[in-house]
Amino acid sequence: MKFYTEPIEKSPRIEKLVDALYGNMPQIEAERAVLLTESYKKTEGEPIITRRAKAFSHILKHLPIVIRDDELIVGSATRTPRGCQVFPEYSFDWLENEFDTVETRVADPFFISEATKSTLSEVYKYWKGRTTSELATSYMSDEAKSAIDHGMFTPGNYFYNGIGHVTVDYPKVLAVGYEGIIKEAKEELKSISFGDADYSKRKHFLDAVIMSCEAVILFAERYANLAEYMAKSAQDIKRKRELETISVNCRRVPKKGAESFYEACQSFWFIQMLLQVESSGHSISPGRFDQYMYPYYKKDLESGIITREFAQELMDCIWVKLNDLNKVRDAASAEGFAGYSLFQNLIVGGQDKNGKDATNDLSFMAITATEHVFLPQPSFSVRVWNGTPHEFLIRAGELTRTGIGFPAYYNDEVIIPSLQSRGLTLEDARDYNIIGCVEPQKAAKTDGWHDAAFFNMCRPLELVFSSGMDKGVQLGKKTMPVESMTEYKQFEDAYKEQMNYFIELMVHADNAIDLAHAERCPLPFQSCMVNDCIKRGKSLQEGGAIYNFTGPQGFGIANVTDAIYAIKKLVFENKKYSLKFFKEALDANFGKDMDHSMASKLTEQIVKSIASSNDDISEETIKTVYMTVKNNPATDEQKKKYNALLDDIGALAKFGNDNDEVDAFAREMAYTYTKPLEKYKNPRGGIFQAGLYPVSANVPLGAQTGATPDGRLAFTPIADGVSPAAGRDVKGPTAAANSVSRLDHYIASNGTLFNMKFHPSALEGRSGLESFVALVRGYFDQKGSHMQFNVVSRETLRDAQKHPEKYKSLVVRVAGYSALFTTLSKGLQEDIINRTEQQGF
Amino acid sequence: MKELLNVKGRIFNIQRFSIHDGPGVRTIVFLKGCPLRCKWCCNPESQDYRFETITTAGIPKNVGKDVTVAEVMEEIERDRVYYRRSGFGGVTLSGGECLFQPEFSSALLAICKERGISTAIETTALADIEIIRRILPFVDTVLMDIKHINEEKHKQFTGKDNSLILENAKIISREAKELIIRTPVIPTFNDEESEIEAIAKFAHSLENVKEMHLLPYHRIGSDKYAGLGRKYEMAHISTPSKEQIAKLFKIVENQGLKCQIGG
Repeated sequence: MKFYTEPIEKSPRIEKLVDALYGNMPQIEAERAVLLTESYKKTEGEPIITRRAKAFSHILKHLPIVIRDDELIVGSATRTPRGCQVFPEYSFDWLENEFDTVETRVADPFFISEATKSTLSEVYKYWKGRTTSELATSYMSDEAKSAIDHGMFTPGNYFYNGIGHVTVDYPKVLAVGYEGIIKEAKEELKSISFGDADYSKRKHFLDAVIMSCEAVILFAERYANLAEYMAKSAQDIKRKRELETISVNCRRVPKKGAESFYEACQSFWFIQMLLQVESSGHSISPGRFDQYMYPYYKKDLESGIITREFAQELMDCIWVKLNDLNKVRDAASAEGFAGYSLFQNLIVGGQDKNGKDATNDLSFMAITATEHVFLPQPSFSVRVWNGTPHEFLIRAGELTRTGIGFPAYYNDEVIIPSLQSRGLTLEDARDYNIIGCVEPQKAAKTDGWHDAAFFNMCRPLELVFSSGMDKGVQLGKKTMPVESMTEYKQFEDAYKEQMNYFIELMVHADNAIDLAHAERCPLPFQSCMVNDCIKRGKSLQEGGAIYNFTGPQGFGIANVTDAIYAIKKLVFENKKYSLKFFKEALDANFGKDMDHSMASKLTEQIVKSIASSNDDISEETIKTVYMTVKNNPATDEQKKKYNALLDDIGALAKFGNDNDEVDAFAREMAYTYTKPLEKYKNPRGGIFQAGLYPVSANVPLGAQTGATPDGRLAFTPIADGVSPAAGRDVKGPTAAANSVSRLDHYIASNGTLFNMKFHPSALEGRSGLESFVALVRGYFDQKGSHMQFNVVSRETLRDAQKHPEKYKSLVVRVAGYSALFTTLSKGLQEDIINRTEQQGF
Repeated sequence: MKELLNVKGRIFNIQRFSIHDGPGVRTIVFLKGCPLRCKWCCNPESQDYRFETITTAGIPKNVGKDVTVAEVMEEIERDRVYYRRSGFGGVTLSGGECLFQPEFSSALLAICKERGISTAIETTALADIEIIRRILPFVDTVLMDIKHINEEKHKQFTGKDNSLILENAKIISREAKELIIRTPVIPTFNDEESEIEAIAKFAHSLENVKEMHLLPYHRIGSDKYAGLGRKYEMAHISTPSKEQIAKLFKIVENQGLKCQIGG
């Protein structure tokens, strides 16, 4: 197959659309919440699935609609660009508490008007006691809640929000429209009978599906009418014609199957947007866009209906629209997912279900669209296998070289067998796409619960040193005191015991939340596009999908590896230090002073714990605590000893330097998380599977973690993903890649994340690109699963911190996604700057 | 072959994922010791064969390490997958001067060839021709420096005259699989158009030479001099301008050679 690889010029329209999108701070709007609540008040006592469908219909009937200037693809969730609706059915307390700070906070601020505040406050009265998060809380044991409070893991994502994390059957809707789905549901209704045990359940579900699809058709018609109305009064003749076409499109799709590429684009957009009106889940991922759109493109191109340039412009418009959607998160989560990201992962290239290479013109044009639009959405990915055309990877490398952090590269050769090991058929595994950051799954058949929690692998290590005590509470298992350990195995066993205990608690917390979603927020619209919900007559949330998973992420492998390796070497092999001394050194933060922000954080913690036993705390006490924390009280002699310890730790081999012994050790350490998790089941009839990546939670969760035996100081960031700890990989990119490839990427079937940072000089010229591609291929040959790159110099990032106004469009790779650098919190900016910068030599 | 693995040599660095010294992804083995004393040298710690101490950011570090061929191969093998994936990647011996340690260099290169790894050397070619002939059969690409045609000036800036170098160039061009001529462009030394033209003419006169690289002067190594307690004599000169390099590029191409800027 010969590809059309020549770049296509950017239409001036795209620049205008982007500028309009980023004119103002995003805004919180209340309409959806108001409409939802109106409907809920009228449907008390009805089956929940019916109530959801009625609410969805009510919202789509009355949600304000808007066609923005110059748009070719229409449909918006909010009146204002990049605005967001809110979803009180999941949780609302946090937003109410943050009404007055959400506009001024560091990570992802939103404007909220006084009127919206009072409207929402009114609405929230109804939701007290009715949310998924409240139900989840009451399902959850005290042990789990306490572990969450102590920062052992955080299931916050689904605790407070919708699930999202799905790729629906876009090709089906493009082919048959919602009329086709209504027909399918009606057929199914005919096949069920009053006497069936689950008759009522299925009947109400199918009715809810039909009602939701009808609502969507009506919603598109409202847009058709608006476009028609606007066309009548349009002064500009060109715009008039455009609006007329938009009107015709919206009258046909997504009601019916698309007949042209343009219609397919419009239909796609309605699906994508409305999924995000139905629920607040993020990572609703378009998946293999180049595959399901290609037949429409090919047909139109061959019959001369469309030019490549126009097809490109339409794709660019979709790329812009993907940035028009937004979501407000609570302040803490906003740091964990910083950069307003919705993680709508769109992937191109790779094999088809029969194992042939599927790269096509649209795969290349998707790269061009990402270059043209240059925004954080979609999270853009490419699939790579041994049969991937070289010119495609070179083109992808050109995009990487721009510094946007896209695409992320995924290895078919690992992911396909990995998914098969979890029960997918070979054909389904070959057809995988990526959800959100790095999570592989089969579209339209999976409810993956991919971002179920973050598990901080460093925290159980801390508890080994305290025999499970944390801030005055027996939080973990009462493992053997380190002072009495005489052999390494005792230490490792204690770590595993703490790990196993908290992994089980996390599973329990996730399952509690899972139940709450099934009971309170089943989603008929989303479910009608995932198999086999219609056939089974039940929603995705109740186990309607063919493949069901729960995928919580472990992170901190590099730190835990370096830390336990240091203990093994320095305590048990060289016998240079005792565990007692290690413990002292950790408690004293290796005798290091703290900077102001960390000292304040710790002071707050200490003051709170004093306050819980004694509520009389004076200014003076706080000051004393602060000064004690900030200026390390260790004596000079102690400090000297701690420094010597740090030197000895520093001299040990570290993960990330192609050292066989350390790398094998890291593989074992990763198993302490990935293996115990495999045995657990979720309420939807599926299993747990581990991921190894932190999104950007390694920074805020690192800030809750004390010093670790790898020499990491208290409250500093934990290593991101499966990458080596920042600054510790000193032997260049191939050595780092070799180390990371030695982890077991198959068992981490919910995804692994390997971040690499390059100085722009390393990718210069064709030879730079060739070497870059060789690096990706070489890492993948050794069975690494995912790779992503930041290509921006340290000086540029420093300058951007100083002069944010000059760098409004600087996009960087954060974790499994990219974000505008200037929208990130200071801590996260620092973390990105400090990741080891690889150069070509 | 087994005894070759035990041959010892003295190196000061092994740099992986090198993409600017020879084709593809390469591992560069830097050998210690060089017959020249080029005043602009960006690896001054490579010149003396003896062990040294270099101080960077206040921390002293030993330079130089005696290693066996087997030990170096262990490091080289680690990036084999990247050599293959980049098409022509492999090993480059640099320095210092690999001809300064012929036993070690020929053993290391022979083992690489035996194991199917592509090889290159960066050399001044200032050595007895019989030494060069021992090594050449194991080298795929010779990257040879010609810094100046004028004997006097060569001697003034590098410490040695160039007659043997130019003689050897002729023989290497006949006997090597591939020879590429490289010229560092150093203001005040050889950046005049006539000077580069003379080198290009000479290069063109050699049999089988089709390519010449111009390596513009940079100051990256200048801090190392202080770290070694030595004086950096080129502190007063500045890096050549883009325009000047573009002119020189043309001059080389006018001689019928393919020219590349940078390695």
